[in-house]
Formats: sequence, C-alpha cells, structure tokens
Amino acid sequence: MTRLAVREAANARQEEVQRRGRGLGWMSLGLGVAQLAAPDTVRRISGVDDSPTSRAVVPLVGARELVHAAGLLTSRRKSAWAWTRVVGDAMDLTSLGMALAHRGGRRRRRLLNVTGAVLGITVLDLLTAVQATRAKEMGSAQAVRGARRGGPMELTATTTVRKPPSEVYAFWRDLGNLPTFMAHLQEVRATGDRTSHWSASAPFGKNVEWDAEIIDEAAGEKIAWRSTGNADVPNAGTVRFVPAPDGVSTEVHVVLTYDIPGGAVGKAVAKYFGEEPHQQLDDDLRRLKQVLETGEVVRSDGAPWGKRARKEFPQRPAQPLSDSELAKGAAA
Amino acid sequence: MRANTWAGRNKVKVRDVPDPKILNKRDAIVRITTTAICGSDLHLIDGYVPTMQDGDVIGHEFMGEVIEVGSGVPADKLRVGDRVVVPFPVACGACGACAAELYSCCENSNPNAGIAEKMFGHPVAGIFGYSHLTGGFAGGQAQYARVPFADVGPLKIESDLTDEQVLFLSDILPTGYMGAEMCDIQSTDVVAVWGAGPVGQFAMDSARVLGAAKVIAIDKEPYRLQMAERAGYTTINFEEVDVRSRLLDLTGGRGPDKCIDAVGQEATHGSAHVHAYDRVKQAVRLETERPHALRQAILSCRSGGIVSVIGVYGGLLDKFPSGAWMNRALTLRTGQCHVQRYMKPLLQRIERGEIDPTRVITHTLPLDEAERGFDIFKNKQDHCEKVVLKP
Repeated sequence: MTRLAVREAANARQEEVQRRGRGLGWMSLGLGVAQLAAPDTVRRISGVDDSPTSRAVVPLVGARELVHAAGLLTSRRKSAWAWTRVVGDAMDLTSLGMALAHRGGRRRRRLLNVTGAVLGITVLDLLTAVQATRAKEMGSAQAVRGARRGGPMELTATTTVRKPPSEVYAFWRDLGNLPTFMAHLQEVRATGDRTSHWSASAPFGKNVEWDAEIIDEAAGEKIAWRSTGNADVPNAGTVRFVPAPDGVSTEVHVVLTYDIPGGAVGKAVAKYFGEEPHQQLDDDLRRLKQVLETGEVVRSDGAPWGKRARKEFPQRPAQPLSDSELAKGAAA
Repeated sequence: MRANTWAGRNKVKVRDVPDPKILNKRDAIVRITTTAICGSDLHLIDGYVPTMQDGDVIGHEFMGEVIEVGSGVPADKLRVGDRVVVPFPVACGACGACAAELYSCCENSNPNAGIAEKMFGHPVAGIFGYSHLTGGFAGGQAQYARVPFADVGPLKIESDLTDEQVLFLSDILPTGYMGAEMCDIQSTDVVAVWGAGPVGQFAMDSARVLGAAKVIAIDKEPYRLQMAERAGYTTINFEEVDVRSRLLDLTGGRGPDKCIDAVGQEATHGSAHVHAYDRVKQAVRLETERPHALRQAILSCRSGGIVSVIGVYGGLLDKFPSGAWMNRALTLRTGQCHVQRYMKPLLQRIERGEIDPTRVITHTLPLDEAERGFDIFKNKQDHCEKVVLKP
C-alpha cells in the first residue's frame, strides 16, 4: 500500500469506530432514559421487583448509562468511552449474578433473559472497545497531523466523461481551461509550448504562483507536468485519458502530488484540503464532467456559486437569491 | 413572490421570497399556474429526509408558462410563452445515466453530489424542492420557479387539456406507471398494490392499461379504498383482515404475481407491536424506514414474481425478508421515477382517454393555504387524496 492508501484505510477504520461508538451511545441513552423514567417497569421486566435494593440501584444504573451516552455521543475518543461501557457491563453482570442466586420461578426466568441480553451487549461493547483501541494504535489521527506538518501528499481521483478521449484531452491540454473546474486555481497561462504560469486563489495560501512544465505527453492519452523553479508548494500531476468500455466515453485518471512545506503556506494548504483531501479533487473532476457534458458548472439555489462553493455545507436555503445576494456572490 | 417553505419539522410556511433568476445558461423561469402537494413531501415535513433547511422552497409537481429562457436554450426546444409540465428530477440529458434514460440518476444535475454519494454510494440527480441532498433546488409550490436544463426536461403542452389533466405528468402518474412497467405485466397477472394514495391509484390504472387480469388495492383508509373500488379494483383493508390470507384467497393460494409498494418509509402496520418497534427504532435513528409494506409485499408475492418499489426509502431498514426474497426467486425492482422517459407516451394515453388523472383530485386550494393543505393531507382529513394548489 502507498502511504496515502495506508492513511485512507486508517481513516475508514476510524470512521467505522466512530459510527459504532455513536450506535452504542444511542443505546446507552435509551437504556438510561428507560431506567430513570420507568424504573418499576425495568425492575419488573428484570425480575427484581421484589427487592428494595433494586429500587435504588436501577435509577443509579440509568444515570450511569447517561454518562456513557454523553461520552460516546459527544467525544471523538470512542475507545476510552467504549471501555467504560465494558466496565459498566461487568458491574451489571455481577449484580445480576447476585440477584439470580436468590430467585426462583418466573422472576428467575426473567432474570435469565435479561442476563442473556446483557451478555450480548457486553460482547458488542468489548468488540467496539478493542476495535477502537486498535484504530487508535494505527494512528490515523497522527497521519493526518503528519500531513499538516508538511511532507508529500498524493491525491488520486477518477471520473468518466461521455466524450471521446481526443476531446477530453484537448480540453485539458488547453491549460487555461483548468481553472473552470479546479477550485483552487485562479489562472493558468501558457508561456510556451510546454511551459505555463499558474496562480492559486487565497484559500490555498496567499497569492501562490508558480511555473510549470509538461514533462511527458501523448496526444489523446496522457499529460504529465511538474512545477519548476522555486515553487512555494512544489507539485506534479499526471492525467491519463482511457477509452471507456462503452466505446463513447473517456475514463479520466488523475494523480496529483503536493510537497507540502512547513510554515504558514503549508498550514494554509493543509487547511484548504481539510480532513478529506481527496474530496477536493473528486469535486474538481465532477465539475470537469459537468463542463464537458453540459457546458458549465451546475448551480442551484442552495449551492449557487459554482466552483467557488468549495464546501457543499453549510449552504444557503434552497430559495431564490435576492438581487443583492446575487451581486455580492458574483463579485466574491 | 409567494412560496411555500419548510420551516422545521411538521411546519411549512408560505412566505415572501425573492423571484427566481437565471443561474445557468440552459435555465428557464416558469410562472407556475398549477402545483400540488406530493406524498413524498410528507417525508420532508415529518423530518425523515436529512439536509433540509429553514426557508427551503418545497414542491416538485408543477407546471406553467415559460417567461424567460437562458442563452443556452435552443429556440426549437423551448420559447417564452410555451406551456410546460416540469418533471421532478433535474436531468442534463448528456451523461451516461441520461443516455440510458435513467434520468433520476443523472450524473451532473446535483451540485451536492458529494454528499449524496456519501449516503447512497453514488450520487443521484437533483430534485426540485426536495432537500439539499438532491441539490438544494428551490421547489415549485411557488409563483415562479427556475428550471435548469430547460431544453431537456419540460414537456410542452400544445393541446387544450386542462392543467389538472396534465399536471401529474410531473411525478405521480409516471411514478405509478413505472411501478407497473417494472412488473413486466402479463395478461394473466394478478397485481397487488400497497397504498391507495395518488401514486398507488395511478399504479393501479397503469397495471390496468398494461393488461393485468386483476388489480388489488391494499390500504386502511376506507375512502381511499372506495376510490380504488370505483375505478374497478378489488380492495383489502389491512386493518380489517389479514392481508396475506386475503391475497391467498383472491389468487387461489398462489399469491399475487406482481406486487407494487407505493407506500415507502412511513408505513403503518396492522399490528401495533410491530409498528411500535419500527417507530421507536426510526425515532432514535437506528433505522430510517418503517418498511411494513415492503416486507409484506415480499412475503406475499408468488414464487418467481416481481416486487416493484416506488414508495420512497431514504436510508437503512432492518428485518428485510432476505430469505423469502432469495429462496423464492423474487425479483426486486425499484427507482425514483425517470419521469422524462414517460411524459410523452403518458400524455398520449391521457389524450386517448385511457387514463384520467383528475380522478384523484379531492382538494384545490390557493397557494397561500398550503399549510392547511399539508395538514388535511397528512392527517387524511376530509377524505383528502390529492391537494392541488393555485399560486
């Protein structure tokens, strides 16, 4: 796996952990509310309605569940909070075991049912806790932080455009077209047959400009380029145009590499790419497809600013823009 | 202009908003003459469709007169003054999905495709007035609407049919029709339709015109079942009888050959326990659907039959009867309607008198009374089947 692929796998695992953790959080909330709001029902279902101790214990357990819920639902540190649930399960199982020793008949059957359910939940909690701890060890958070400190970042993305490779290639090879769909680019100007001057917009770092040269190309198939001279953010890219199996479309495969420096520029670039750097390139290619297939970047009332709507959310309400909003947006 | 907007869960509000403007070259602006409230709008106000925002103009069934076209709309496609019905999915007509006539899966018309992709695996088309997940397009329960790709979607009405006769070409008639078409109906088929709301009624009409031997309507509202009965269909009230056994009775024990789910994610269940179970899970977001109609359709369908789903689902469901589905060789077909594909042929069927879409209209209200319209439609008051709004 490439470094990027490792990071992506770690991210995927982290997301799974976050999702499971939230699921457990909601369950805790449900159990907690039930135990606090209807303790007598819970005691009856559990077969401990004969014990005065349980009158005090059940709401206490409910309160504890709310603590689990709050932690699991609000904190990103799911591993620690999942382990608190495992500890809670152990306490519950101990109490249930003690209660079981003194019950018979209908109540014992109910207690056994509840104990079975708690055992099932315990297994789930254990699995999540172990998984969360492992995901933490894989260190996806550290990996993202690493990118912020600087170092190479490789992005890949692909899309299929319903136009022949020659046409898609020609559009891309006219480098002045790149800013129509690549959000961070302000202008690309050809300065020679294979050389060009690029400038990126403010969010990408203040007035970042650089020169680039095409280092390899095959008409209708491939273009590779890299920055030259003292670029603030040295970068390189390759785009391949591959005929799709349908015989009319083109698969566009893009690889971009940024050598992110430390310092202010590096920070701005890292901030621009955010937690999901590949999302930016995916969106760029979505716009490339829109421009080639429909003529321009598609706008809606909720997302009216075309490629300048770098982030899809938050967006404005889906209702027509006023004249002043329209004027302001057009100038921005 | 006046427009009906989403104002939070269970709240719509008619307010003044700016008039729409051309944002893309292929846009048109339509002055709306007739619009409607759709059953799927209820999913929005019940809060089961994520990414709604206060102030979103809702509504996706509308028609009217073109008052402005962008510079990219060829005059032979659409001109100012044309009378048009607008299909609810926004579709570009040029991508792979549109080339395959899968308009509701258009790859270009959703500016928020990245979000839709996260939820659904792949993006879906933009839809008017139907959350930011489907693009954040202002809807058609308004005096005016901006219509993107105006050279692709809108259907010109050149005959003297009334608005009421053609309005439903925007959504519910093609949706019902697609539900029946996906059933590959044979002349020997018994077709059962879950849900006798407007879409269900049109699925029944479509099954009839496609040649089904018998059409069965399943619902719990007596007035909706009566509407189906008046149109010539057999009815089952699921609050009064066990649906599966009644279906077996009606089909000599075989079960219906084809089943259509025209209910979707907010079904009511005959058994209060099961309903409560799914309702609670839905409320705490452990599942987003209450899929009783779908479960029952799968369990009832004859072996080797087709279950066609046109009721809206938005997220995740559980207790999906995969055993019945797999072991009994059922085919499951579904999709948001590819309206653009069906508008012309269905207009012809209306012109020939084969389908009368006006039969479902029970209420016509001014746009300013949209709130009341939602209320009676949602609570099934006053025998409400379909509310048409006049801006």
